Amino acid sequence: MNEANASPTTTAPGDGNVLVEIQNLKKYFPVKGGKGEGRYVRAVEDVSFQIHEGETLGLVGESGCGKTTLGRTIIRLYDPTEGRIFYRGQDITTAKMLPYRRKMQIIFQDPAASLDPRMTVGEIVGEALDIHGLTDTKQDRKDRIAELLSQVGLNSEQANRYPHEFSGGQQQRIGIARALAVQPEFIVCDEPISALDVSIQSQIVNMLEDMQAELKLTYLFIAHDISVVRHISNRIGVMYLGKLVELTESYELNRNPLHPYTQTLLSAVPIPDPQKSREKHRMILEGDIPSPINPPTGCRFHTRCPYAMERCKTEDPPFLEHAPGHFAACHLL
Amino acid sequence: MSEKNGDLLLQVEDLKVSFFTPAGEVKAVGGISYQLHHGEVMGIVGESGSGKSVEAYSIMGLLQSPGRVVGGSITLSGEDVLAYDKHQMRELRGGKVSMIFQNPMTSLNPVYTVGNQIVEALTTHKKVPREEARRRGLEMLELVGINNPEKRMKQYPHELSGGMRQRIMIALALICEPDLLIADEPTTALDVTIQAQILELMKDIQKKTHMAIIFITHNLGVVADICDRVSVMYAGRIVETGTVDEIFYTPTHPYTLGLLRSMPRVDAESYERLIPIQGTPVDMLNPPEGCPFAPRCEHAMKICLNQYPPATQLGEGHMVNCWLMQKDQVLEKEA
Ligand SMILES: Nc1ncnc2c1ncn2[C@@H]1O[C@H](COP(=O)(O)OP(=O)(O)OP(=O)(O)O)[C@@H](O)[C@H]1O
Ligand SMILES: Nc1ncnc2c1ncn2[C@@H]1O[C@H](COP(=O)(O)OP(=O)(O)OP(=O)(O)O)[C@@H](O)[C@H]1O
Ligand code: SF4
Ligand code: SF4
Ligand SMILES: [Mg+2]
Ligand SMILES: [Mg+2]
Repeated sequence: MNEANASPTTTAPGDGNVLVEIQNLKKYFPVKGGKGEGRYVRAVEDVSFQIHEGETLGLVGESGCGKTTLGRTIIRLYDPTEGRIFYRGQDITTAKMLPYRRKMQIIFQDPAASLDPRMTVGEIVGEALDIHGLTDTKQDRKDRIAELLSQVGLNSEQANRYPHEFSGGQQQRIGIARALAVQPEFIVCDEPISALDVSIQSQIVNMLEDMQAELKLTYLFIAHDISVVRHISNRIGVMYLGKLVELTESYELNRNPLHPYTQTLLSAVPIPDPQKSREKHRMILEGDIPSPINPPTGCRFHTRCPYAMERCKTEDPPFLEHAPGHFAACHLL
Repeated sequence: MSEKNGDLLLQVEDLKVSFFTPAGEVKAVGGISYQLHHGEVMGIVGESGSGKSVEAYSIMGLLQSPGRVVGGSITLSGEDVLAYDKHQMRELRGGKVSMIFQNPMTSLNPVYTVGNQIVEALTTHKKVPREEARRRGLEMLELVGINNPEKRMKQYPHELSGGMRQRIMIALALICEPDLLIADEPTTALDVTIQAQILELMKDIQKKTHMAIIFITHNLGVVADICDRVSVMYAGRIVETGTVDEIFYTPTHPYTLGLLRSMPRVDAESYERLIPIQGTPVDMLNPPEGCPFAPRCEHAMKICLNQYPPATQLGEGHMVNCWLMQKDQVLEKEA
């Protein structure tokens, strides 16, 4: 077993080049007002991993565990409290971000809220082109907008319409076209399909897969739905209360979940198969998630873990490699 | 109550509900019929906007203007619910029929303590003395897995976590031992771990009390887990209905099939590309003629564009509305 606190190097797909690396990343938010004044929401606590070029790394975990905060901190929409961020080996922890903005984009959960209602679709997509001065002539710009819209399954006549004239699925396509406009290499997909109807979700998932193949994109894919995350990701990281508790190849996580939290998470997902559902034995987690302002000592999962031992209350388990490329943090292992 | 198990509780006949909007009439529910028996759990699945909530709200008399029942009947325990006056309707709600929602704050009153609301429900609907109501309230909170119920009774809804509020709402819905519980996406906003807790809880209570449940959800896993029967809605109609086994193992309607194969499954063992349902959801202001699924259906025939398909009975309770099941008629009409 290797101490892997600094940076788990794992057998990842893609061509093996590390595109994004984070080391011991932390993000704390100060609590304003009320009882918590002067204290911090410890949203991301000491997370390290690498994302390889062409790979999709999935992030799962319960609401409030820090997925969004981690995604936003990696692309420096938030400044990290501690730790380092590298992009193609360059330390960008405190770098000026404008040149990197072109390389790192984000797609949001709520398509309606992330599009300016007063701008036409053409203006929304074109704005990104303008900021980075990516087109020379008016015609160039128009062609590029048309190309982007067709890439996401919309047509160029729709460029003159406003976001509210589109369905949720189409609005998400617009958000994706905007992200693609600057020809990014890395996209944080933060719950890109959660707000969409089930019948539209699979259309968007397929589109993200096609884009990735065509444009050699690298994704950090965040979602609640572990089935979707597994489908689209090469590897999955499981977060609990700001910490990464397990990281491994997607289907390996299903076959062989090591961390008790991952096990309960997987066992809680209902199976769309009545027979299997009747036979399934559920591990039901007791209680709610503790507050990230005052997280439990030792292993943060000890207040709900069915296997918790004395030492779990005081000793924080290290994040170790237990099989090639399979990392987890638990004293049982 | 259990001696009623299996008896007819609710009969919905050709129910039609419209919203009269400035842009025109939205036929949100376009003629649906079904029966529900005591002790039965029926799931309703279907696309966003297909009329699941509107259908359920009609039973509770909760339709909001400009929505109106424009046809059909709803009969609960032999009584015509649509003929109820305001007073009778209020008696019904929270008494014989209860409803739980996606957002618990819809049914919890923010300015009263949890205890106040539970005691009030019992004294109003069941004429139970306050002391007795309090005792039963504490029992119910315990049953829904709330620890320290004495303390929770004194708290206001906003002082509780999301999962806890959901449980309180369920406790409140169940305290008067309804014959029918209507659950509209009760776990959609919750994390899977909390969802699993709530589903186990609902199954437990259902076994004990034998209430019937209408469970509205878009999550097929949840349906497989908790329901006996499922109705699949599309554009304001039930397009297929059957037992969970019939719908999951021998689905027949192209929309049902599309729904089942479009999402990745948690028990998948390797990657398979998804097969989406093509196209976009129906614009309910201008639904297409004939079968509303036709523009997205890979099997659509000429007749599908003109005429709504009649119901075909495939098994005792397995019904489907699709021209593919009416080959003889189609041949005759297309000829
Ligand atoms: N801007 C902020 N200021 C203060 N606290 C924040 C801020 N953003 C997030 N938090 C807190 O940090 C924690 C992690 O939140 P985050 O949104 O990252 O979780 P998440 O895993 O994305 O949850 P969800 O699944 O609900 O989207 C939460 O406790 C949240 O309340
Ligand atoms: N207040 C309203 N005014 C006008 N139309 C309405 C109103 N409420 C609902 N509708 C229409 O009725 C139809 C059915 O809505 P309903 O809320 O029952 O859908 P649903 O199946 O519950 O969808 P969801 O899964 O999104 O909850 C929709 O097409 C909607 O546009
Ligand atoms: S370290 Fe202890 S409390 Fe934490 S997951 Fe492992 S057994 Fe459970
Ligand atoms: S009736 Fe026709 S269009 Fe409708 S689902 Fe059946 S085959 Fe498809
Ligand atoms: Mg989030
Ligand atoms: Mg609804």
